[in-house]
Amino acid sequence: MMALLMRDLKLAFRAGGGFGFAILFFFIVTLLLAFGIGPDVVLLGKIAPGALWVCALLACLLSLDRLFALDYEDGTLDLLTVAPIPLEAVVFAKSCAHWITTGLPLALVAPLLGIFLDLPAEGYLWVFLSLLAGTPALSMIGAFGAALTLGLRRGGLLLSVLVLPLYVPTLIFGAEVARRGTVGMDVQTPFLLLVALSFGALALLPFAAAAVLRINLR
Amino acid sequence: MSLWEYANPVKFFALSGRILPWVSGFSAACLLIGLYWGFFHTPDDYRMGSTVKIIYIHVPSALMAINAWFMMLVASLIWLIRRHHVSALAAKAAAPVGVVMTLIALITGAIWGQPMWGTWWAWDPRLTSFLILFLFYLGYMVMWRAVDNPDTAADLTSVLCIVGSIFAVLSRYAVNFWNQGLHQGASLSLDKEKNVADVFYQPLLFSIGGFILLFFALVLLGTRAEIRMRRAAALRMRHGLE
Repeated sequence: MMALLMRDLKLAFRAGGGFGFAILFFFIVTLLLAFGIGPDVVLLGKIAPGALWVCALLACLLSLDRLFALDYEDGTLDLLTVAPIPLEAVVFAKSCAHWITTGLPLALVAPLLGIFLDLPAEGYLWVFLSLLAGTPALSMIGAFGAALTLGLRRGGLLLSVLVLPLYVPTLIFGAEVARRGTVGMDVQTPFLLLVALSFGALALLPFAAAAVLRINLR
Repeated sequence: MSLWEYANPVKFFALSGRILPWVSGFSAACLLIGLYWGFFHTPDDYRMGSTVKIIYIHVPSALMAINAWFMMLVASLIWLIRRHHVSALAAKAAAPVGVVMTLIALITGAIWGQPMWGTWWAWDPRLTSFLILFLFYLGYMVMWRAVDNPDTAADLTSVLCIVGSIFAVLSRYAVNFWNQGLHQGASLSLDKEKNVADVFYQPLLFSIGGFILLFFALVLLGTRAEIRMRRAAALRMRHGLE
């Protein structure tokens, strides 16, 4: 499992691995959002926590179709199904790799992008923490979606249609943590719910994703 | 004699063919009675005037929008556990009916909301969760279309339906939370049950019964059409091979 995780990380970090695209995308969408709304700093500061969450979510979505597709095309995935570790563990390891290369960097650069959106200073920590706690759920749900649309024509489009509604609860709790933290309200309840959602997704969705992979590889 | 006998497409076909006219007939009768009674023989509400009468479409369609998804969930589980094709096809046939029910509930809600709340749309928890349900239906139907192999499609959509159900329930509560976090929805969360007096309630029951039967009739019809399509495809393949 560790070997698989390291392999995926290496592939992602090497040239052409696509690492950094998500962050670049995150950066550009955030800037476009500012252009679209206008340079009203009061308004931007108000919507910054939620806006950063939506942009991070879209950036996360962007890299999902690579999660299984490359291994599916060259047959690695077929070999992984007969590997000594269960397919659920394969899914889990690959989702972790996706999180380390996408979710974690997104959480790290989000406060930086907060500067552009005039995020109040109290918000930096909470935007970072909420993304840190919420992005594992995004990666795991995304892995399920990627497994579902594996090998389909126009799979990428279908992937977003299927995955985005599944992202709703995570987005609501995550953005709520960021928003409440920014205005100095109590964040405990949404934060706990967000963490619960992430842990729940990590515990249960590998089974669903692996089941779907088995169907698709039949 | 068990219920599972009707998992056999031939037996299902015979039975559904026999009961379909009855279900359709009763559905039409209930809807006619409920809607006619409701529209022309109930008084106007003292607060809402005649707009209250949209309740005879709004409430039953909203009810069936949720129950149709629930039926799809049960049918998907039966398909995954017992591999009865009729079950998977019934789930497939229920989705378009469910999505239309959701759409009717949303549209009649907007028409009702405009004069009452002064807005077509509000980010009220109920409204929002229906919109999310609508998206789930669309995703489910797109998934059926995207996969060529019918058994693979049935498997994938079944798993999607189960995972989607969990997330739909999560969204329902998350949306509640989100709304309370933003603003108090007291003026919007019109608790319909409390306001319904007997004069409105009795025709509403007919109308709900009519919608339930209508849903059954449409699902039976859709499932029969799907079975016929399967047969046609099988025949085409056989002749193609010969």
